[in-house]
Amino acid sequence: MKNIITSSIAMLVILIGFTSCNKGNNSGGKSGALASNVAERVYVAPGEYDSHYAFLSGGYSGNVTVYGLPSGRMFKEIPVFSQFPTSGYGYSEETKPMLNTSHGFIPWGDAHHPDISQSKGELDGRWLFINENNTPRIARLSLTTFETEEIIEVPNSAGNHSSSFVTENTEYVVAGTRFSVPIPQRDMPIKDYKGNFQGALSFISVAPETGNMDIKFQILMPGFNYDLSHPGRGKSHGWFFFTTYNTEEASTLLEVNASQNDKDFIAAINWKKIEDYVNNGGGTMIPANYAHNVYDDETHTATSTMKKEVRVVNPIDVPGAVYFIPTPKSPHGCDVDPSGEYIVGNGKLSANLTVHSFTKMLDAIEKEKFAGEAYGIPILNFEDVLAGVVEQPGLGPLHTEFDGKGNAYTTFFISSEVVKWKLGTWEVIDRKPTYYSVGHLTIPGGNSGKPQGKYMFAMNKITKDRYLPTGPEMEHSAQLYDISGDKMELLLDFPTHGEPHYAAAMEASIIKEQSQKIYKLADNKHPYAAKSDADTKVVREGKEVHIYLTTIRSHFSPDNIEGIKVGDKVYFHVTNLEQDFDVPHGFAVIGQNNSELLVMPGQTKTSVWEPKQVGVWPFYCTDFCSALHQEMQGYIRVSAADSDTPIKWSLGEDIE
Amino acid sequence: MKKASIIMIIGSLLLLGLFKFPLWNIMLGAPQYPDPLGMNIYIDGIKGVSEFDLQNIDGLNHYIGMKTIPKAGEMWEFSMFPKVIFGMALLGIIIGVLGFLDKVSYKFFLGWFILMSVLGILGMYDFNNWLVDYGGNLDPHAIIKVTNPDGSPMSYKPPLIGFKKLLNFDVTSLPHTGGYLMFVGMSLTLVAFWLGRKTSVKKTT
Ligand SMILES: [Cu+2]
Repeated sequence: MKNIITSSIAMLVILIGFTSCNKGNNSGGKSGALASNVAERVYVAPGEYDSHYAFLSGGYSGNVTVYGLPSGRMFKEIPVFSQFPTSGYGYSEETKPMLNTSHGFIPWGDAHHPDISQSKGELDGRWLFINENNTPRIARLSLTTFETEEIIEVPNSAGNHSSSFVTENTEYVVAGTRFSVPIPQRDMPIKDYKGNFQGALSFISVAPETGNMDIKFQILMPGFNYDLSHPGRGKSHGWFFFTTYNTEEASTLLEVNASQNDKDFIAAINWKKIEDYVNNGGGTMIPANYAHNVYDDETHTATSTMKKEVRVVNPIDVPGAVYFIPTPKSPHGCDVDPSGEYIVGNGKLSANLTVHSFTKMLDAIEKEKFAGEAYGIPILNFEDVLAGVVEQPGLGPLHTEFDGKGNAYTTFFISSEVVKWKLGTWEVIDRKPTYYSVGHLTIPGGNSGKPQGKYMFAMNKITKDRYLPTGPEMEHSAQLYDISGDKMELLLDFPTHGEPHYAAAMEASIIKEQSQKIYKLADNKHPYAAKSDADTKVVREGKEVHIYLTTIRSHFSPDNIEGIKVGDKVYFHVTNLEQDFDVPHGFAVIGQNNSELLVMPGQTKTSVWEPKQVGVWPFYCTDFCSALHQEMQGYIRVSAADSDTPIKWSLGEDIE
Repeated sequence: MKKASIIMIIGSLLLLGLFKFPLWNIMLGAPQYPDPLGMNIYIDGIKGVSEFDLQNIDGLNHYIGMKTIPKAGEMWEFSMFPKVIFGMALLGIIIGVLGFLDKVSYKFFLGWFILMSVLGILGMYDFNNWLVDYGGNLDPHAIIKVTNPDGSPMSYKPPLIGFKKLLNFDVTSLPHTGGYLMFVGMSLTLVAFWLGRKTSVKKTT
């Protein structure tokens, strides 16, 4: 019986999906003069710059991709949670610690929601934060070097989905668990989920100068699923809102069993209140085990530290800090408008869009008008907090962003469209189809107090028929709309990489100005750096051999190395002596079991090579660096394990 | 004569600008260098316009076998020029002061100018010789050898003054702030001479 129900629901969804696709195709086409006008508006002439940066999460690629708007051109992929052979990230000795966790070395991640740091509610372009869903982690990327600088693992969490959103002065980045789990983890029957599992909402403090992250406290919430979140801002600064589903606390066939309650909750958290409580010694330190990985720009090296405890807070110990707002029905996105007054709960199985009022919420709290409680947490009355309802806007609402002009834009997954509606009057102003099955959407600055609302782009889950086919799998597609007028205008389709869930975007100026062009060799504090050809050497330490190697157009120094033996562990420490923008050199040696390296000007990177065969083996530069790039090569001689070939190295002479 | 002497002193003082500002500037632009590389030539050494320009110019020049740009200690000129400039400025000031006190005639102003011009021409001649050597004295093992149509090896000598195309590089060589200050200063000593002569002619008639 259950199977019949699920399959018929699936059929219904598929049918809806198809009809809406057709509708979309018919209304979407424009041609002739209008189309060429649109082309001009996304065209960025050679040598000119895009007006906006967009940072898209890579989903299962574990990385972040950088795009330009309005051109939709991809500029860079920044490795974050996944190994990246293009640069050696996660393979080089310096970056392996970045992927360390309490579960050991994890070479991949599921990156979801990037968010740019803010000051006074405005994007400041210093850092980008992004969550990893599978092995709960939060990363901080520098928007000066476009490198991952820090990754912190989140204990007691599972499916780190309602992350990584920052408060309006980047006081905190949150990591809310999607799955509730036994805390502390233990061996217990899964059927005893209800009442025994808990959901941890982690508040990670961000040091104002360095950006360094530290888990300040975790709130141990009832065992629901915490899906998405957004910070309050302006008048609601100091609060954080989390959508929940599975308030049924089911552990099996959630598709049906977590869709029974007519309303789930938005959890409203007064984090300032909990922060005060914690600053006054509140909460309990409990044993934990989680990795904190920090990359140092001067040693070009990451270190991983295992932390052993974390502070947890039971919400009923802090009266007045946590409330539940009933929200229909399995809400997904939880979005707060730029003024901080409206909290949009997108009930993905609801026909209507529900908007809550922060003012009404405070009022109801003050009057102690509660409908009941769940695990000691007061539940507010739906009607008391309701600001308004957008009636029948579409099917399957997911996410909402704002343009700063009083309008909201919501994606509808099932009906494949973006709907523009007005805050306050709740009327639908415009709708445009997407191709197809849209997830998140982004307006530059849309997650701040000051949206920079000229563009909006939608990130779609299905791409078929939009581009030349590439076999059964296609890259996902994003679509760029001009939202400066009353009606949205579709400007451009552009393919994305991985599965972008959410994106953060902002005007280019601040980031472009602060972008770093080289690493200064003089500041290189890598312990194995060779800052000139005179510093190059080969040092044997037992069975380890350290090669201090330099690169400059167009040679390695040294380029003849002898005295290596089978069974040695050979460390190639490669320092790029260039001090010129965009002139990396590569390093590859035959039989390398990890990856090549791409070394930026002034940087040192290390690759370990364990030769297993006697011979004279070449190494070479993998990045076409100059006219003599092809000649940028060297040889390393490997002798038998019991040989007595002495260590020798040279450049520009024959070894005698 | 007092006015002329003051102008003589000011003109000589302007030479001291060379201790702060570069005498000459050479810029090298190319498609792959949208922000051109540049070197500023001071009387006591050569510096890059941007921090790493010299290293990057040397890096490029090694393909065609040019020597690296000389460091301050590698050329006698860089220890001699400051002495000459300081000496000439001091001499000019002394002449000016003596003129002010009517101890020397305005003709000394012209004498200073002629001496400075001779030294300047010698300096330019020396500078040009260095450019010829820098651009033409190439490593015989150079990676890239380009010949002129007549088969002689191409010289990469930057222009002494003005613009020249060297392979794919646009090379511009012009005086810089210190150089202009020196030219203005020298012109002022000529003015001082002319003024001094005018006043002395008036006196005698
Ligand atoms: Cu290379």
